[in-house]
Amino acid sequence: MSQIAEKIKPCYPLFCDADYVDNLAKKRATAEEAYSIEKIEEVFQWTTTQEYQELNFQREALTINPAKACQPLGAVLCALGFEKTLPYVHGSQGCVAYFRSYFNRHFKEPIACVSDSMTEDAAVFGGQKNMFDGLENARALYKPDMIAVSTTCMAEVIGDDLNAFIGNSRKEGYIPEDFPVPFAHTPSFVGSHTTGWDNMFEGVQRHLTLNYMDDKVVGSNGKINLVPGFETYLGNYRVLHRMMKEMGVGYSLLCDPTEVLDTPADGQFRMYDGGTTLNEMRDAPNAIDTLCLQPWQLIKTKKFAELTWKHATNYVNIPMGLEWTDSFLMKVSELTGKSIPDSLAKERGRLVDMMTDSHTWLHGKKFALYGDADYVLGMVKFLLELGAEPTHILCSSANKRWKKEVEKVLASSPYGVNGQVHINLDLWHLRSLCFTDKPDFLIGNSYGKFIQRDTLHKGREFEVPLIRIGFPIFDRHHLHRMTTLGYEGAMYILTTLVNAVLERLDDDTRIMGVTDFNYDLVR
Amino acid sequence: MTTMTHDETQALIQEVLEAYPEKAKKDRAKHLAVNDQSLEQSKKCIISNRKSLPGVMTVRGCAYAGSKGVVWGPIKDMIHLSHGPVGCGQYSRAGRRNYYVGHTGVNTFGTMNFTSDFQEKDIVFGGDKKLAKLIDEMNQLFPLAKGISVQSECPIGLIGDDIEAVSKKKGKELDKPIVPVRCEGFRGVSQSLGHHIANDAIRDWVIGNRDGDETFATTPYDVAVIGDYNIGGDAWASRILLEEMGLRVVAQWSGDGTLAEMELTPKVRLNLIHCYRSMNYISRHMEEKYGIPWMEYNFFGPTKIAESLRKIAAFFDETIQANAEKVIAKYEAEYQAIIAKYRPRLEGKRVMLYVGGLRPRHVIGAYEDLGMEVVGTGYEFAHNDDYDRTIKEMGNATLLYDDVTGYEFEEFVKKIKPDLIGSGIKEKYIFQKMGVPFRQMHSWDYSGPYHGYDGFAIFARDMDMTINNPCWKSMQAPWLKTADAESQTLAA
Repeated sequence: MSQIAEKIKPCYPLFCDADYVDNLAKKRATAEEAYSIEKIEEVFQWTTTQEYQELNFQREALTINPAKACQPLGAVLCALGFEKTLPYVHGSQGCVAYFRSYFNRHFKEPIACVSDSMTEDAAVFGGQKNMFDGLENARALYKPDMIAVSTTCMAEVIGDDLNAFIGNSRKEGYIPEDFPVPFAHTPSFVGSHTTGWDNMFEGVQRHLTLNYMDDKVVGSNGKINLVPGFETYLGNYRVLHRMMKEMGVGYSLLCDPTEVLDTPADGQFRMYDGGTTLNEMRDAPNAIDTLCLQPWQLIKTKKFAELTWKHATNYVNIPMGLEWTDSFLMKVSELTGKSIPDSLAKERGRLVDMMTDSHTWLHGKKFALYGDADYVLGMVKFLLELGAEPTHILCSSANKRWKKEVEKVLASSPYGVNGQVHINLDLWHLRSLCFTDKPDFLIGNSYGKFIQRDTLHKGREFEVPLIRIGFPIFDRHHLHRMTTLGYEGAMYILTTLVNAVLERLDDDTRIMGVTDFNYDLVR
Repeated sequence: MTTMTHDETQALIQEVLEAYPEKAKKDRAKHLAVNDQSLEQSKKCIISNRKSLPGVMTVRGCAYAGSKGVVWGPIKDMIHLSHGPVGCGQYSRAGRRNYYVGHTGVNTFGTMNFTSDFQEKDIVFGGDKKLAKLIDEMNQLFPLAKGISVQSECPIGLIGDDIEAVSKKKGKELDKPIVPVRCEGFRGVSQSLGHHIANDAIRDWVIGNRDGDETFATTPYDVAVIGDYNIGGDAWASRILLEEMGLRVVAQWSGDGTLAEMELTPKVRLNLIHCYRSMNYISRHMEEKYGIPWMEYNFFGPTKIAESLRKIAAFFDETIQANAEKVIAKYEAEYQAIIAKYRPRLEGKRVMLYVGGLRPRHVIGAYEDLGMEVVGTGYEFAHNDDYDRTIKEMGNATLLYDDVTGYEFEEFVKKIKPDLIGSGIKEKYIFQKMGVPFRQMHSWDYSGPYHGYDGFAIFARDMDMTINNPCWKSMQAPWLKTADAESQTLAA
């Protein structure tokens, strides 16, 4: 083909043109030594079978398409949530390039983060010199109020000691004695990105409060601490602020990257914007209590709040869906003595109203879902509240206690009877399940689109459409600005789910003269 | 903003360097230069391929990125294992747009993430047993995979695993190439060493596999396209021109490439290199071992394309040379129409680039075809021979920056005020917020191809849509607009 100035074609549909199709067929025939299409199709069909699934589930060593990332990614997100804080990763520089681009693609925002670029010599002699120069350079160039240090697996394997290195950096004058540098060891061969968030947060807790506990009195500031955990929906931070303000309670949202991850385009680049202030964090031990909003990932955070801050750390589930938002608000009310205002009761009523409106389309629909532990648990809970059926529930990084907890939630509802919980498995396992026990929809991040394509290849009737809720979402715009927590979040999830069902029904019934029924104007 | 003089550019560099601590300033000064076309060798003005300074926010990646992400990853019918902890494979999964066609998960594997997902016990006790076991599992679940590459992540080289021994043993057992690649991320100063290591692994484990096997029917017109990763289909838009002029493209390295193509490459007449930086090594090796000459070419923009087609054709007989002229003539009306449409909209626009392998110099001609001027350029991971090739392409007194830091790039842009920046995702949103039109020049900003005549049309369309989109004029709230709007919005 060749291009026409008035109608220039990019990759699609350019490569559908006959000359390219022919040329690529010729390529295939010349030197690719490809298997015949018949053979490929035969093997494809085999990968969709129960037999293949059994082999697939026997895997012990190989991971294929995991639904998790590594610790320092979470540490970077955590660091971004504090005012004028520069995330700093001690170790290989390539990791930081990856963390930045991963977040860039999801948030469509700049991500400031530095590395101290350790190479072979640092692998031999340790990375202390890198840390000296790195802290000095980063502070001079980017003028942060705090540098939050985490590690790559290189630094962990060689056993670099952050505490000593940072202490020596102060002693040697590379950074001022009193400049805040919290740190966390975040080995990527332990846990996942959510573990890294928890570790970094604990590092900040430790750095800003551990040695300053003498004058702290639990409850003296009259506030509630909220710790979000690895949270990528900007709306979730905002809805927490709003709900607390409507309740009139004092609160500290400890870690809040909403401003820096949502800066305006107005001619100015803001490397830092908003965030939890260091003083707010310093004051956190004076709060009434600390609520961990994603308790399954905030293990160290909770422990620190208990042991050092002497907080009760009342348990709340992730405030997702109807009932767990209810119980979250009631817990806040109980702890603060402030009643839940009419505005929130009314908002709740609106959510329930939407549930009554939409239940006819969601009742009994089967959903497979995957993602981080707390999110998945909350989504299971809300699906059950909608009368929908979670079938395959997968988390690539979770423990047996979590599995039991999900099973307990499933058992609490008649819609949970078919739910199976899979821990430490991956999206190639889930692909098998989508063939052998087809759900109506798949809920997850962008990676799920490959399962949708695979199932479609078997035939339209086998296709499992993906509904994008989770992290990362690279292939749709601006969904990270939405809300999944609170009543507001439940409204977004409900709207997304029900319209996915209706879109699909339209897709199925849009064939003139064949499916003229159920292609309805009014639903 | 008018063009800067040599002294003005030098003064800008000095000004920007002031922010650095002494030691860092001294180092960074060597990486920033004012271009001088009269220089024969770049080392007289700029230093490259050195360690990045700690803490300065380099955008460079690592050796793993250069090997798994760049060189090996696109070989579509092999499985590339990210060997080590889970992150590397996840962050590099399916983000590069190195297109291929195939049944992913059956006979091709490019957009998947295979990882050994190292846990603490693997670090402590070593991962060789796990590697051997997962190779068996791969073989069982993906019987049509033609081979496996083991892409080492940082810990592998630090814990003393012997992936070579495992690969050799399992390769023999399964009768498939299993290629260990020592591309641990801490090796070298950037992606670049990863390219080299990956090339060497191909040299050692793949390139000689068909030596003595004459079953492949060759022609006198066989060529290989080397260093084209088929971003957005670049290699396809290139091969179609080469074949139109009567050549036969036997292999693509490595966009939409296959193991067989790599193995058959020693049988071609000529290696055509697009990305010199990442694949000159294997081309030199084939020249030494098989006597295959190699030639650099440039398929960005009609001027360079025509130049390249003629240069390539000159290597062959008169028929091919005549065909090259026919191809150029055939497309002339089309690209003239593209230029006629877009040049008036882009004439005189000034561009700053900061990219990887070949693009900081190779795309200059395409911009010039549209009447635009590149006023600053730099490479993430170049060596001196890249800058040697850049000096002549750039105007005098333009700015060169090597391994530019976040701080420097931002300051340069504030002063130079380009109409367009071409760089990567990590830079994109910074400059867009500053009001500077921006195109990603790694991924083609989810567009492409940009190679070949078809690609040039898309390139022109894309530069126009971004520079001339109305969004850039809306940066200021009307009630905040001042008389001196320019100081508020760079692109205004």
